[in-house]
Amino acid sequence: MRALDPTVLVWLALAAVLIFLVVNPLLRLVLTSFQAADTHAFTVANYIEAYSRPRYIEALRNSLMLGAAVSALTLLFAVPMAWAISRTDMPGKHLIRLGAFGAFVTPPYLGAIGWILLAGPNAGWLNRAWMGLTGAEHGLFDIYSFPGLTFIIAIYSFPYVFIFTSAALEVVSSEMEDAASILGAGVLRTTWKVTLPMVMPAILGGVIVTFLEAIALFGSPALIALPARFNVVTTQLWQFFSYPVKVEVAAAYAMPLLGITVALFWLQSRITRRKGYVALTGKGGARRPIRLGAWRWAMLGYCLLIVSMSVLLPYLALSQAAFARAWGQGVSLANFSLDNFHFILFEHRTAQQSVINSFVYAAWAACLAIGLALAIAYIVTRELLPFAKLLGFVAMAPFVIPGIVLAIGFYAAYAPPPLALYDTAAILVLAFTTRFLPIAYANAAAAMRSFNPEMEEAVRILGGTRLTAIRRVVAPLLKRSLVGAWLLVFIPATRELSAAIFLYGPNTRTMSVMLFDLSEEGNFEHLAALGLLLLVGTVAIVALGYRVIGRDFMVRGGS
Amino acid sequence: MAKLTLDGISRRFGDAVAVDDFTLALEAGEFVSLLGPSGCGKTTTLRMIAGFITPSAGTIEMDGRVLSSPSLSVPPESRRMSMIFQSYAIWPNMTVAQNVGFGLQVRKLPAAEIRRKVDEILDVVRMGELGGRYPAELSGGQQQRVALARAIVIQPEVLLLDEPLSNLDANLREEMRYEIRRLHDAFKITTVYVTHDQAEAMVTSDRIAVMNRGRIEQVDTPFAIYNRPRTRFVAGFIGRTNFLEGTRAGDEIGFAGFAVKAALFPDAPAGGGRVVLAVRPQAIGLARRPPDDANRGWWIEGTVTQRAYLGEVWDYTVAPAGSALTLRVSTPPSVAVEVGEPVWLEIDPAHVALIPS
Repeated sequence: MRALDPTVLVWLALAAVLIFLVVNPLLRLVLTSFQAADTHAFTVANYIEAYSRPRYIEALRNSLMLGAAVSALTLLFAVPMAWAISRTDMPGKHLIRLGAFGAFVTPPYLGAIGWILLAGPNAGWLNRAWMGLTGAEHGLFDIYSFPGLTFIIAIYSFPYVFIFTSAALEVVSSEMEDAASILGAGVLRTTWKVTLPMVMPAILGGVIVTFLEAIALFGSPALIALPARFNVVTTQLWQFFSYPVKVEVAAAYAMPLLGITVALFWLQSRITRRKGYVALTGKGGARRPIRLGAWRWAMLGYCLLIVSMSVLLPYLALSQAAFARAWGQGVSLANFSLDNFHFILFEHRTAQQSVINSFVYAAWAACLAIGLALAIAYIVTRELLPFAKLLGFVAMAPFVIPGIVLAIGFYAAYAPPPLALYDTAAILVLAFTTRFLPIAYANAAAAMRSFNPEMEEAVRILGGTRLTAIRRVVAPLLKRSLVGAWLLVFIPATRELSAAIFLYGPNTRTMSVMLFDLSEEGNFEHLAALGLLLLVGTVAIVALGYRVIGRDFMVRGGS
Repeated sequence: MAKLTLDGISRRFGDAVAVDDFTLALEAGEFVSLLGPSGCGKTTTLRMIAGFITPSAGTIEMDGRVLSSPSLSVPPESRRMSMIFQSYAIWPNMTVAQNVGFGLQVRKLPAAEIRRKVDEILDVVRMGELGGRYPAELSGGQQQRVALARAIVIQPEVLLLDEPLSNLDANLREEMRYEIRRLHDAFKITTVYVTHDQAEAMVTSDRIAVMNRGRIEQVDTPFAIYNRPRTRFVAGFIGRTNFLEGTRAGDEIGFAGFAVKAALFPDAPAGGGRVVLAVRPQAIGLARRPPDDANRGWWIEGTVTQRAYLGEVWDYTVAPAGSALTLRVSTPPSVAVEVGEPVWLEIDPAHVALIPS
């Protein structure tokens, strides 16, 4: 009976796809790290090479320090902002939320380019303003430095801590604080001793995500650390990939990154599983905003400062450069030009192709990821087969694999023969599919769970088959949330850099890779124009998404 | 020949036994309720009839044809049944008319006939004007009516209902009980109705199967289930009951602090056997004066220890003299006695159920 069941065949097919996308690349990553490049014989030489030179060890140390420094800085940015928005009567909350959302959707490398224009040594706008005001010889800021790199990563990763913290703060009942106030504690003391400790698990969760994001990031370190002549793990990995490609050494060198990520995500799930103390109160009790008096303007000023640093200033700088003949000439009619866009779209040898590639690959990856995720989620939530949960677990696994590590695994598994996918669209599309499969799966599973199985059973008892049920009821009802999930995969896939940079070939550059290439040429006007195109494309798609399915598909924008 | 036969069916989930050796036969056009507390296996039984679950043992037959056995299971879509779900399972992407017409469409009836049948059945459930609405625009009661219409319009061989009223508010629930029975009287569809609400079962059913821990305790008419419970569980689950546990000694059955002549209970086991009597609170009379002839019938002297006025009745707790037992008694509003007053209870043996032990 069971062996003939077609669902078993579906299960086997899905398992095969997941092995291809997730299990095999990881396996090959580990295997490759123990193989000699030419003979494929077992060796530990790769590890010796990866960890024998002081500068490789230093890159590791730099990454850890970077992660720690970025985490500390995001705390400083995000926690006061989250508190002000969730708990106080600070004005302009909507604007600040919008700004945080803007920081969240900005590709970090694009922000980094903006900040090179703002705080490049001497030539940056802020430095020129400083020199103009004070008559100093040199600018105040140098973005090409460790603190500079820390700053521009933090300014784009603080939304993680912000989202975690404000979500937790919003369920802390005012009665908790009233209980402290009635015993004589003031606002500051109450906040410090009662409110913040209650949301500590959420803050920690956000910090862990930020730390992992910072150490796995490739774009910003490549733009900042390389010119500043220091390395982090990701830029070092990339150097192992420059000619001659040492994929075995890279695999060995990627292991700490993978290990740290898996361990910290495990820790994070432990922390959040304890639920903190917040869940005990649930939604009980009203939440009244704390009155800040005149301080609310100071608070607003602080939040505005952060939001302008992450969104307003870099975008101004980018726009100015994109429409300028020479960005250093400032804003004037004489300096205004559309040549940069014309150059990118029609003159440059590969830029136009890269724009098309980005959107086409992202669309393919989104379709594949959603299709696969939906099939797995259906089998898992309907418990059609034993071991169905295993499929769900594997589908979520890429969540704890840094994109750059996944890319090395893909390269090791599918670049050489027999598949020889190097310089094909397929390897990029498949890597993107894998990388964003967890987003797709989490959304598909949530949609399936919210869907009462009785809806399907009603079809069947009235004489429809399972396929009729899927076609007439399941598909139409899930359409909305699936479009949302599709966009949630599509958008990050259009700007993916850390996997693409390892897998692209001469004919398969994406926009993000193109941006990186142009940055090496040092032509910031072209760079800014391409960056704005990426941004405009994304905004247009988000707007379309809002129109099609309402505004709730990406985090809770506004309130 | 029975329309639907469940013969010794069992279902295990791992080590847990959800349904244990369940046997029941329904006549054509009969309405049977499966009544029991949550987790008693009634929904599992219903879902086995529907074909969503395969029994671990036993067979289910309809019109003499095997539908389910451990080795064979006709899929739900081929059973010619229909079912009403706890959540109603009205498809929100279809209008009322599309929902109701779905089963007919699957059966490939001509469009005109579908439209005619849908209009007819919507009139029957008093939803005639609302065919073009979407489910989100309907109240809970209206959704319930759509679910009924959708299930009945295909004239199923067997209609299954899984706690269909549990999501409605109390008034609507009472109205829909009668509605379900009215529709059954109109269409005479063989029906299995799962509920944990005894009033629902008693209003709607020809027979009630009371279930406990996966087994059938008793199958009987509502009247017999209430007045002649055959197990302690049935007596306790259906309505409120006083249990009196005693031992037969010679001519008398002795309880803690009082006794009764055994002759009043000819069915009581002879010679030293344990006897359990179930007495409904409203089957006990309450008097402030001693009876003229205490030897006629069964009288117990006691004291009121607690009372509550419930509007339709008084609810008294009476402690028989010299006994640690308490008895619940309900009386009409006119019989008002203060706490602490001595009273005499009269129990009519004809209204006492003897529970076999």
